[in-house]
Amino acid sequence: MAGSATQRLWCSRAAKADLFIRGARVIDPVSGRDEVLDVLVAKGKIGAVGAGLEAPEGIHVREADGCLLIPGLVDLHAHLREPGGEEAEEIATGTAAAAAGGYVAVFAMANTDPVIDNAGLLEGLAQRARSEAVVPLGFHAAVTVGQKGERLTEMVELSEYGVAAFSDDGVPLPDANTLRRALQYASVTGRHIAVHAEDRSLTRGGVMHEGAVSARLGLGGMPSIAESMEVERALEVAAYEDARLHLCHISTAASLEHLARAKAAGVPVTAEACPHHLVLGDEAVVTLDPNLKMNPPLRSEADRKALVEAVADGIVDCVATDHAPHCPDDKEVPFEEAPFGVTGLETALTVLYDSLVREGRLGMSTLVERMSTAPAAIAGIPAPSIAEGADADLCLFDPDHTWTLDQKTVRSRSWNSPWWGAELRGRPVLTVAAGRIVWDPGA
Amino acid sequence: MSGPIDEVTILSAGQIARTITRMAHEILERNPDEPALAIVGIHTRGAFLARRLHAQLATLSGRELPLGELDITFYRDDVGTRGVGQVRETPHPVLKGTDIPFEIDDAVIVLVDDVLYTGRTIRAAIDALFDFGRPKAIQLAALVDRGHRELPIRPDFVGKNMPTALPEHVSVRLSEYDGHDEVVLERGVEEKRS
Amino acid sequence: MTKRDLLSMDDLSRDDVDLILDTAESFLPILQRDIKKVPTLRGRTIVSFFYEASTRTSSSFDLAAKRLSADTIALKKSGSAVEKGESLKDTILTLSAYAPDIIVMRHPSAGACRLAARHTPASVINAGDGKFQHPTQCILDLFTLRQAFGRSLDGLKISIVGDILHSRVARSDIAGFRMMGMDVTLVAPPTMIPREMASLGVKVQSDLTGIAKADVIYLLRIQRERMAPGANFLPSLREYARVWGIDRSRVRPGQKVMHPGPINRGVEISGEIADDPDTLILEQVEAGLATRMAILYRTIVGYSDSVTEEE
Repeated sequence: MAGSATQRLWCSRAAKADLFIRGARVIDPVSGRDEVLDVLVAKGKIGAVGAGLEAPEGIHVREADGCLLIPGLVDLHAHLREPGGEEAEEIATGTAAAAAGGYVAVFAMANTDPVIDNAGLLEGLAQRARSEAVVPLGFHAAVTVGQKGERLTEMVELSEYGVAAFSDDGVPLPDANTLRRALQYASVTGRHIAVHAEDRSLTRGGVMHEGAVSARLGLGGMPSIAESMEVERALEVAAYEDARLHLCHISTAASLEHLARAKAAGVPVTAEACPHHLVLGDEAVVTLDPNLKMNPPLRSEADRKALVEAVADGIVDCVATDHAPHCPDDKEVPFEEAPFGVTGLETALTVLYDSLVREGRLGMSTLVERMSTAPAAIAGIPAPSIAEGADADLCLFDPDHTWTLDQKTVRSRSWNSPWWGAELRGRPVLTVAAGRIVWDPGA
Repeated sequence: MSGPIDEVTILSAGQIARTITRMAHEILERNPDEPALAIVGIHTRGAFLARRLHAQLATLSGRELPLGELDITFYRDDVGTRGVGQVRETPHPVLKGTDIPFEIDDAVIVLVDDVLYTGRTIRAAIDALFDFGRPKAIQLAALVDRGHRELPIRPDFVGKNMPTALPEHVSVRLSEYDGHDEVVLERGVEEKRS
Repeated sequence: MTKRDLLSMDDLSRDDVDLILDTAESFLPILQRDIKKVPTLRGRTIVSFFYEASTRTSSSFDLAAKRLSADTIALKKSGSAVEKGESLKDTILTLSAYAPDIIVMRHPSAGACRLAARHTPASVINAGDGKFQHPTQCILDLFTLRQAFGRSLDGLKISIVGDILHSRVARSDIAGFRMMGMDVTLVAPPTMIPREMASLGVKVQSDLTGIAKADVIYLLRIQRERMAPGANFLPSLREYARVWGIDRSRVRPGQKVMHPGPINRGVEISGEIADDPDTLILEQVEAGLATRMAILYRTIVGYSDSVTEEE
């Protein structure tokens, strides 16, 4: 298969870490561990994992009593705006935000300016990542040239250059035939197609979920069927071609029904859900805060609950942030005029732990599986794991640390987070990515 | 086919051999000192006879004459009108093919065929030869002349004259092709003409 | 004379094909001498009607007919009454007024030749209908293979590489190659292989892995229309050439390369291979004339061969 062994992640190389983490509760779905253990990191690799270990002489010791030590997180879906949108974010700032969120690998989407649709541009971005990326960064390439939906990109060459997957996310594919041909052609590369399922004829003029709240606020609605019908269609094409499909940012219960049926029938499909769809609903939009405007929009409470259940069941395979920065000037306009999109890298683990794990809706091990192990598998990279001999890809999470995402703490260039200025409880306090310490605010 | 076949041997193997020798003498007598004399046999059995004549001529004259063979299938005048099944089939592998490995222009060609009958085969062979070049002269050698010409064609060298009735059939068998040498006259064979 | 159409490879048995190839072989010497003509089909009328552009096939048939001394009429769509809206059926009925013995036809729609055959007493030979069949191409391919590999093609491994989906040459070749006992593999980007193609008794793969095992690589032309906006069969000719194109690095010594033409240099075949005298491409062109003569001959004379006696 073309390029199946190629490198898919690039980052700048800081010094390898030597570190002893004492007394954290290690939760690793890969090895099945869930207990308080000491972990030694030596020269960037996990040297030892066990109870009551002795810290080597002179090593930096991190007291982690009360903290959770998990494998580093993997984000399949972040918009890092480089090239062309650097005023909102670029590789350096976006990956710094990822590090602060406990992420050890991020995959950027292709809807930049110009669109990532050829190997030359991909190679250039890989170079940028080598010098600027704080955590390992991978890339999607577009399905169609310029994301215009007219011509397939040179997928074989792109996969030889290390593209992780193909997506026209940002815009839906124009018709079933384009998706069909893309799925057929991509099968030669071993990479999947990630689809943004939206029927634009139904969402035209819409700015939030169509429901009681949009009726009250007098805002154009984006009906759930705009997503679920396109999800159903995409699943049928994927079933017909028996081809690997990934569904981006699933937000409605109706989509989940189609997804469950397809999985039961053996269709090779995976799906992601975003933290904001798992935690917030359309009721929150009554404040008309543009930091609550994204596509797909915040849905009804019934949708949200179904989505949480689906993440718990595994019908939704993973969590992805759909981190979509917009610079403050662009977002600080009336709700209807604001661009769609919210950031998410720095807050994902915090809000999901708080809303789901702390409330008992989801086990931490399951959450880690959805945020680290599963996305790694979908992206075709080794799953981060806290095991002796493995590269150190870790996140130390302090569930009781209170903090606020504001101008002082934010690492992204953009501020458009639904939790901007809110008091948050729980925070990643140490991130080690590819054996290097990339986030250590206490240091 | 109608009725039983009644076979009479006209020439035995020995007689065939002597006849060929005699014809070779006649060819040389007729063409003394001809520098561009050549032999061309008409498929299928005419080609084998041509080889035998060629060998005899070499023995008698000391000269190896140019030798060729013609497949006149594509020059027949009955293409498409002859029905399937009117021709007797033989299970032997077909040795066909036209091969004229010498210059036809200004040559004296001795055409060789096994049985001379209506003359149409010879007419086709003459047409075929003219597609290769312009011979100085063409002479005809036939092992058996059974009469019933439909065209003004006459042989120059004949092995045996054999007046026949139309319903009869003359079969020449050669060891190279049929396993043994003999010429037989068959009676009671359904007429096949062209 | 009973009519004998040649609409697809299904119209021929293996014995028929062997007979045609034997007959074609006997025409070869005629094509090499000065007077490249025989009077065999003198007085016969052969009409060719090419509703689609063609240089190769139409001139091959025209010349084949002339070499057999037949009278020929060559019609093309442009300049004909078809442009004035005459239907195919009416065109065939009109042509039949000349009492042709054979109509050779090429048409952009599958089954057009079958339709024509229903409306004329002439024998109809399919020179390509839609994406369905091109039987005379298959026969000249088989002749070329026979000349290269000998009379028995049983077990010969051939890989057909290219746009199978849109190729009538591929469909005829698959039928004909299999009929003669060959082992056929199809190689194409997944967007260009029809579903369930394996049901035709062929292996299917989407890349060139293992191409070295083939005795013959048969290349199909990639048409530019396949990359038109919205067509989405291929991203670019460049990627096709890189992934599925045959160049020196992908041909092993001793392997034969074939192509029905016209070739796209640098796309499905590199310029170097196209110019390599070791390929069978020119032999295919030469085979075209002899095999078409044989097909025209057999269509009129019939498909049983007997040694004729006396006269």
